[in-house]
Amino acid sequence: MAHHETHGSTKSYTIGFLLSIVLTIIPLVLVLNHMLSRVPLIVAIIAMAILQFLVQLFFFMHIREGEKPRYNVMALILGAVITFTIVAGSVWVMSFNEQVH
Amino acid sequence: MEMFEEIKSFASTFFVTGDPLIYGADVAIVMTMLAIVFVLTYYKKWGWLWREWLTTVDHKKIGIMYLIASLLMLFRGGVDALLMRLQLAMPDVHFLHSEHYNAIFTTHGTIMILFMAMPMMFALFNIVVPLQIGARDVAYPFLNALSFWLFFFGAMLFNLSFVIGGSPDSGWLAYPPLSELSSSPGVGQNFYIWGIQISGIGSLATGINFLVTILKMRAPGMKLMQMPLFSWSVLSSCVMIIFAFPILTVTLALLFIDRFTGAHFFTLDGGGNPMMYVNLIWMWGHPEVYIVVIPAFGIYSEIVSTFSKKTIFGYKSMVFSMMIISVLSFFTWVHHFFTMGAGADVNTFFAISTMAIGIPTGVKVFNWLFTMFRGRIQMKQPMLWTLAFIPCFVVGGATGVMLAVAPADYQYHNSYFLIAHFHQVLIGGVVFGYLAGIYYWWPKMFGFKLDERLGKWGFWFWNIGFYVCFMPQYALGFMGMTRRVYTYGWDMGWAPLNFVSTVGAFLMGIGFIFQVWQIAYSIKHGERDLTGDPWNGRTLEWSIPSPAPLYNFAVLPQVNSMDAWWEKKQQMQQGEVKQEPVKLEPIHMPKNSAIPFVMSFFWFIAGFGFTFLWVWMAVAGLIGVGICLLVRSFQYDTDYYISVDEIRRTEKALGRAV
Repeated sequence: MAHHETHGSTKSYTIGFLLSIVLTIIPLVLVLNHMLSRVPLIVAIIAMAILQFLVQLFFFMHIREGEKPRYNVMALILGAVITFTIVAGSVWVMSFNEQVH
Repeated sequence: MEMFEEIKSFASTFFVTGDPLIYGADVAIVMTMLAIVFVLTYYKKWGWLWREWLTTVDHKKIGIMYLIASLLMLFRGGVDALLMRLQLAMPDVHFLHSEHYNAIFTTHGTIMILFMAMPMMFALFNIVVPLQIGARDVAYPFLNALSFWLFFFGAMLFNLSFVIGGSPDSGWLAYPPLSELSSSPGVGQNFYIWGIQISGIGSLATGINFLVTILKMRAPGMKLMQMPLFSWSVLSSCVMIIFAFPILTVTLALLFIDRFTGAHFFTLDGGGNPMMYVNLIWMWGHPEVYIVVIPAFGIYSEIVSTFSKKTIFGYKSMVFSMMIISVLSFFTWVHHFFTMGAGADVNTFFAISTMAIGIPTGVKVFNWLFTMFRGRIQMKQPMLWTLAFIPCFVVGGATGVMLAVAPADYQYHNSYFLIAHFHQVLIGGVVFGYLAGIYYWWPKMFGFKLDERLGKWGFWFWNIGFYVCFMPQYALGFMGMTRRVYTYGWDMGWAPLNFVSTVGAFLMGIGFIFQVWQIAYSIKHGERDLTGDPWNGRTLEWSIPSPAPLYNFAVLPQVNSMDAWWEKKQQMQQGEVKQEPVKLEPIHMPKNSAIPFVMSFFWFIAGFGFTFLWVWMAVAGLIGVGICLLVRSFQYDTDYYISVDEIRRTEKALGRAV
């Protein structure tokens, strides 16, 4: 193949790898040591998850790169819509009309 | 002596024993395997099999292997269906006992969707898409081979359960708590999980592969909105695969964690909730049915246009409706469990979103009808199946809208009305579509047409059999017959309709036998396709010889319009095409590789180990997978060039002027 795109440097991969490990360990430590009460714990885990998502996108998925048309961005938007549907939809469906009772 | 006893007791639980049907199958399997080994050895074909097929990365050959595997699975799933219909033909039949019946309806469903419909669809993806968009292979040929072998070994693992260890028997979607350790302590459920997980990796990879192929590898000049509709349908299907299959993988992984480590995701106690599984599995399961039906829509579009000698009516609306269906499919999953009690607001939302799917689908039906309107329709086999599909699918769609009415669904839910509905859309929509596609592209795969006369016998047996089998089931549903009952009494009044239904099922079985006969007959006597364009086609796959040479296109075609090949033929007739000297260039091709086969085999070992909870074996298998990944990562000599001389020789042998 004639044109090879840059696929990140060893340095950026190492940083990404370390960040993703750290972001995995933090919630694990929080849960195992019972360090936070329920609501702050959930908030902390979700925050780590979002950061983890960003780390994956920027360090491994090369979201900044790519030619036009930006299929990666389109896929990401559709993915976000569907992920939102899965999470919010499950919460809605599985709450079994709790607000009524 | 003690050791002998131990072996005996191991064998009696390891192998499925005690049923004459299974012993018969054991004998048949051993005989078939011996016959295959004998034929391969006698004709010295082992090397050929390895070099030409097992290690190939050629999309056309991979497609043919998918096709063979899916036809075998159609046979297995079909036999399951006939056994069930025999059991239900009359009240109080003692042909299958209840556990055996449970196992058979479970494997029938799982095999027909995951190991028959999916690979048959992938067969057509592989055979058609690169040819149709003017490409020389898929974007990732190695990954493509890996996808096939993962599917193959996943399917083998699943099918093995029938003679070793025992089949899964908790329904095709394995709802907990029935599929949890408490209710299904045997290995059958593990076979189910690992068979699907392993082939699921392959399905996901295929989705990515074809999405990239379509977006990146179209012939020069071919805009997305000039792409043939089958390729559009594949794009739509791939988008759904990419977003839906990970949900399946996660859901089954959680179920396995429950079973393997005693976790409580879906258990009744310990804070688990089995209904969460139902919620999650249908988030995959609903898109899944559109994953398989949308490519069938693409096939119908190609066939209607070709055999009416007209451009498809409403091309843009076809594209938009497919893409809308693929997104909407992620917003309807709750209609599979309205009766779970999620509440009126939830049910209302999902009832309306489900009915909304009817709109783009209706648009497509009208487009097919308008394409035929004032067309010169040729009643060839692919067109016959397409014509049979339209009324069948319309009725199936209408009963689907009935099921979508949430309050009414409390009456239909899990009754034979539902069974009749989904068989009507899956057989009338998906199976008819893939059969139409197989008839249509068969000459492109093998270089000869399938015999019309035998095909028509098969067609009519299938079609009449279908209505005889499933129309009574709608009525049985209204009469109160629920799915998954293994027998019923004379007092229920279900006997006559059930008997009719069984007759219909066997008529379809006869149709299948005609098709097998048709293939065998046509290999020798079928009309040869010497032009590469047996149907006077419109799209690029018909511009090259049948079967296509290894590199597909000696020169990549320049595309300026929809129906590119049809346009070119029109221009040639009017003498507008200047005979330019073609400049051949060496063609860059991927090398064959044994790694997909070997790696998938290691996955099989790992899956077998996890199934029997033999951790040593699972770990050994996974280490093998890891080694294969490493070896592949450090392989640099993975491609080669076909020389201009060789291209020229090949094209000449195929009767093409270059």
